Amino acid sequence: MEHTVSAYEDELKQLARRVTEIGGLAERAVADSVQALTRIDVELARKVVAGDAQIDALQHITEDLAILTIAKRQPMAVDLREIVGAMRIAGDLERVGDLAKNIAKRVAAISGSFPNKQLVTGVEHLAEIALLQLKTVLDAYGSRDDKAAHLVRQRDDEIDALYTSLFRELLTYMMEDPRNISFCIHLLFCAKNIERIGDHATNIAETVHYMVTGNVYADERPKADQSIAATQTQPN
Amino acid sequence: MSSSPAPFQTIRTPDASPRPTKIHADGVKVIYGTKQALHGVSIDIGEKSVTAFIGPSGCGKSTFLRCINRMNDTIVGARVEGKITLDGEDIYNTDLDVVELRARVGMVFQKPNPFPKSIFDNVAYGPRIHGLAKSKADLEEIVVTSLQKASLYNEVKDRLQEPGTGLSGGQQQRLCIARAIAVSPEVILMDEPCSALDPIATAKVEELIDELRTNYTIVIVTHSMQQAARVSQRTAFFHLGHLVEEGPTDHIFTNPLEQRTQDYITGRFG
Amino acid sequence: MTATLSHNTPEQALIVSHIDLGLQRRYRSERRFRAYGIAALTFGILCLVLLFSSIISRGYTAFEQTRITLKVDFDPAIVAPDGNRSAEAIMGGDAFRFDDLFSATVQKSLEISPDDEDGLYDALDLFSKGSSPMLRQMLAQDPALIGTTKDVEFYATGDVDSFVKGSIRADIPESQRNIKDKHIVLITKLKDSGALHLAFNTGLFTFGASTRPEVAGVGVAAIGSLYMMLVVLSLSLPLGVAGSIYLEEFAPKNRWTDLIEVNINNLAAVPSIVYGMLGLAVFINFAHLPRSASLVGGLVLTLTTLPTVIISTRAALKAVPPSIRDAGLGIGASKMQTVFHHVLPLAVPGILTGTIIGLAHALGETAPLLMIGMKAFVVDYPATPLDPATSLPTQIYMWATEPERAFIERTSAAIMVLLAFLLAMNSCAVLLRRMFERRW
Repeated sequence: MEHTVSAYEDELKQLARRVTEIGGLAERAVADSVQALTRIDVELARKVVAGDAQIDALQHITEDLAILTIAKRQPMAVDLREIVGAMRIAGDLERVGDLAKNIAKRVAAISGSFPNKQLVTGVEHLAEIALLQLKTVLDAYGSRDDKAAHLVRQRDDEIDALYTSLFRELLTYMMEDPRNISFCIHLLFCAKNIERIGDHATNIAETVHYMVTGNVYADERPKADQSIAATQTQPN
Repeated sequence: MSSSPAPFQTIRTPDASPRPTKIHADGVKVIYGTKQALHGVSIDIGEKSVTAFIGPSGCGKSTFLRCINRMNDTIVGARVEGKITLDGEDIYNTDLDVVELRARVGMVFQKPNPFPKSIFDNVAYGPRIHGLAKSKADLEEIVVTSLQKASLYNEVKDRLQEPGTGLSGGQQQRLCIARAIAVSPEVILMDEPCSALDPIATAKVEELIDELRTNYTIVIVTHSMQQAARVSQRTAFFHLGHLVEEGPTDHIFTNPLEQRTQDYITGRFG
Repeated sequence: MTATLSHNTPEQALIVSHIDLGLQRRYRSERRFRAYGIAALTFGILCLVLLFSSIISRGYTAFEQTRITLKVDFDPAIVAPDGNRSAEAIMGGDAFRFDDLFSATVQKSLEISPDDEDGLYDALDLFSKGSSPMLRQMLAQDPALIGTTKDVEFYATGDVDSFVKGSIRADIPESQRNIKDKHIVLITKLKDSGALHLAFNTGLFTFGASTRPEVAGVGVAAIGSLYMMLVVLSLSLPLGVAGSIYLEEFAPKNRWTDLIEVNINNLAAVPSIVYGMLGLAVFINFAHLPRSASLVGGLVLTLTTLPTVIISTRAALKAVPPSIRDAGLGIGASKMQTVFHHVLPLAVPGILTGTIIGLAHALGETAPLLMIGMKAFVVDYPATPLDPATSLPTQIYMWATEPERAFIERTSAAIMVLLAFLLAMNSCAVLLRRMFERRW
C-alpha cells in the first residue's frame, strides 16, 4: 500500500535509489582495485583512489536525506527501518569504498616488487567471491529479499576460510624468503581488506534482514576466519 | 446477532516482564442501537503504566475507553456486553455503584472542560461531593496537592479564586487532570487529552502523564502516533471495532506484526 | 481603454475578464440580498413606528385631564342638618343633600341667579356625575371640614374634557355635538377665571371600571394582571423547569417521551381560546372556582405559558455543552448532582429569559380571559386573587367598545400602559441574561 502522502513515498524511493547508486560505485571500485592489483595497473589504481571521493559525497547526501526524512515524516515501523537501514547500508558501502581505495593505494607500493602470480591469483579468487557477495546483497536490498540476504550471510564463512588459507600461504612464503615480506604484507592487507568487504556485505545482509522482518539475528554469525588460530597453532 | 463473523484473533505480544493486571476486559461488545461499535475486545491493562489506544476515527477506541468507567451508560441506546474487571471486580455487576466506579476511574476529556467556577472550586468539587475532606484545611490541602501533582500549582497559586475557564488551553487541561486526581482515582482515562492543545502545552501534558504513571494506571486514547510512542508503555491498535494488535509500545512502533497496524502507523491509511 | 491597456495579451485579457464577470455577478447578488434585508427591516420598523405613533398620538392626551376648581362652602345646614357630624352620619342619610351642596357651590362659583334653573343644570352638565359623591367621601374622611370653605378640584365630564382638548370642535353644527353653545360659554368663562385647567390624570392608573370616562382607570385591571402574573410565575416556572429537566436529562428516550415532546410542541401552537374553554370547563364548572377571579385567569394563562416555558428551558438545557455533563459524571457526580451543580446554573439565563417572555405573552393574552369572564365591570380593587378582577388586555377590549371620545383616548392610553409593562418585562429578561450569563 502506498503512503497517503505521496511526497513521503517519493522521498523513500529517492533514498533507496541513492543507496543503490553508492552500491554500484562501491562494487565498481572493488572490481577495479582488484583488477589494478592483479595487473599492477597503477593508472587504474589512481582512478579508484580518486573515485572514492564521489562515494563519500554520495554517502553524505544519502545520510542528509535520511535525516531530513526522519525529521519531516516521523517515520514508523517499516518506514523507520527502511530509512535507518539505508543509512547503515550507505555507511557500510562507504567503508567498502575506503577498503577498495586502500587496495588501490597498495598497487603502487607493490608495483616494483616481483609479483608471485600464484599468490595474486589466490587474492583474485577471494575478491571474486567477495564481489559476488556484494552484488548479491545489493540485489537483495533492491528487491528486499530476506532469503537472498540470508544466503549472503551464510556464505561469508567461505570467504573467511579462503582468507585463512591465503594467510597461511603468505605466512609460509614470508618464512621462506624474507625478501618477499614487503610484497606479502601488502598482499595480506589487500586480502584482509577483501575479507572486510565480505564482512560489510554480511552487515548489509543483516540490515536487509532487519529492514524486512524488523528482527535482528539472535545467533552469532558463522565464522571461518581461522587466521588467529593459524598463528597460534603454527609450529615453530 | 448469533451468526458472528469469523472469529477475530488479536495479535498479542506480551511484555518482557509483565505488570500485574489492573483492568481486564473479556469479549467486550458495544452496540449503539443497531450499530455494533465494538466486536469483542479482550485486553489486560497493567497497573501503574500507560496504555495507549490508537486507531483511525470510529475504530472504537474511545468507545472502549468509555466502557472502563461506564460513561457509555449516559448514551441512549448503548448496550455493553462482555466483562470488564477492575482489580478482579466486575464493573458491570449491578452491585457495583457507578458513582463509586467513576471515583476510582477518573476521566480526562478531549476538550478541556473545566467547570465555569474558580480554579479552587474546580479541583475541590470532587472531594466535596465524595466527602473526602473533613475540614476546610483538609480540602485546601487536597486542592494544593492535586494542583502540584498536575504541575499546575506554581502557575496558578496566586489566582486560585479566578475562574478556571480563564486559563490557557493547556492549563485548563492540566486543571482537568488535577480535578481528576483530586478524588484519588486508581485509574485515569484520557480521551485524546492533547488534541485541542498547542505543541508546548501538549509537551507539558505528556510530561505530566509520564510523571503520573508512577502512581496511577493510565489509559490514553490518542490520534498522534508519536504521542502514543512517547508516553505509553503498551499500545493497542483498534480497527473497525476490533482490537487488531496490542503489545509493548517499542515493539508496535518499530515492528508491528499485523499488516493493518503497520499500514496505519506508517501513514498508509486512516 | 484603460482596461485593455492593463492586459498585455488578448489571452490574458480574456482570462481576467472571465474572472471579473463571475465576481461581479456574485457581488451583485450579494448586494441584492443585502438590499432585500434592509428593505424588510425598514418595512418592519416603519410598521412599528406607524403603530406606535398612532397609539401615542391618540392616547397621549389621556394622561391629562380637565379639572375645574371650585370654592366649596361646607355649610353645616346642608350637609349635617341634624347636627351629627360623624363619618357614619355623613355616609348615611339622604344623598341629595350633597347634590344640594354641589349645586350651591356651582351656583355660587358661576354666579348663576337662583331663579335660573336651566342655567344651573347647564352648568352642572359640565361636571362629572361623581362630583357630589366625591364631596361626601371627602367629608366622611375629614368631618372637620364641615363649616369651613375649601378649594376642591372637580372632574369635568368626558365631553368637556374632549372639547377642551380639541377633539370635539366648536365649528361643527351644534346639533351634531354633545357640547352645546351654552356650555361653551360656561367653559370659556371658567377657563378665563382660571378655574378650568388641565392636570395629570392620576385616576387613569388608580380607578376601576366606570361608565363615566373621567373616572375610569386601569387600576383594577393592573392589579388583576399582577395577580395573574404571580400565579403564572409561581406555577409555570417550577412546573415547566422541573418537567423540562426531567424530559431533557433523566427521561429515557423512547416512544413515550417522543410523544410527550411532540405534544408539548403542539400545545404551544394551540389557540389560546381553547385554553379558555378548558379553564371554563375545568376550573369554573368542575372545580367551582369563582368566575372572573385572577386565580382562574392565572391558571388558564399558566396552561398557555407552560409549553413555552418548557420549550425554552429545554433549549437552554440543550445549549449547555455536553462536555460539562461529562466533566461532572467523569469525577463521580451523580446524575442529579451534575444537573443541579453544573448544567442548571449554566441554563439559568436561558430559562429566565424564556420564562419572562412567556410571562409577557401571558400578560398580553386576551381571548382565554374573555372565556372565563374576566371582562366584568369591576369597580373595587380585588383584595385577593379570588376576587373578581379584570386584566389589562380585557380592559382595553372593553374600552375599545365604548363610543365616547374620551374612552377612545383612554383605550390608547391603556395600550401604552400595557406596552410599558411588556417593555419592562423584556428589559428584565435582557438584564437577567446579562447578569447570569457565564462563559464556558
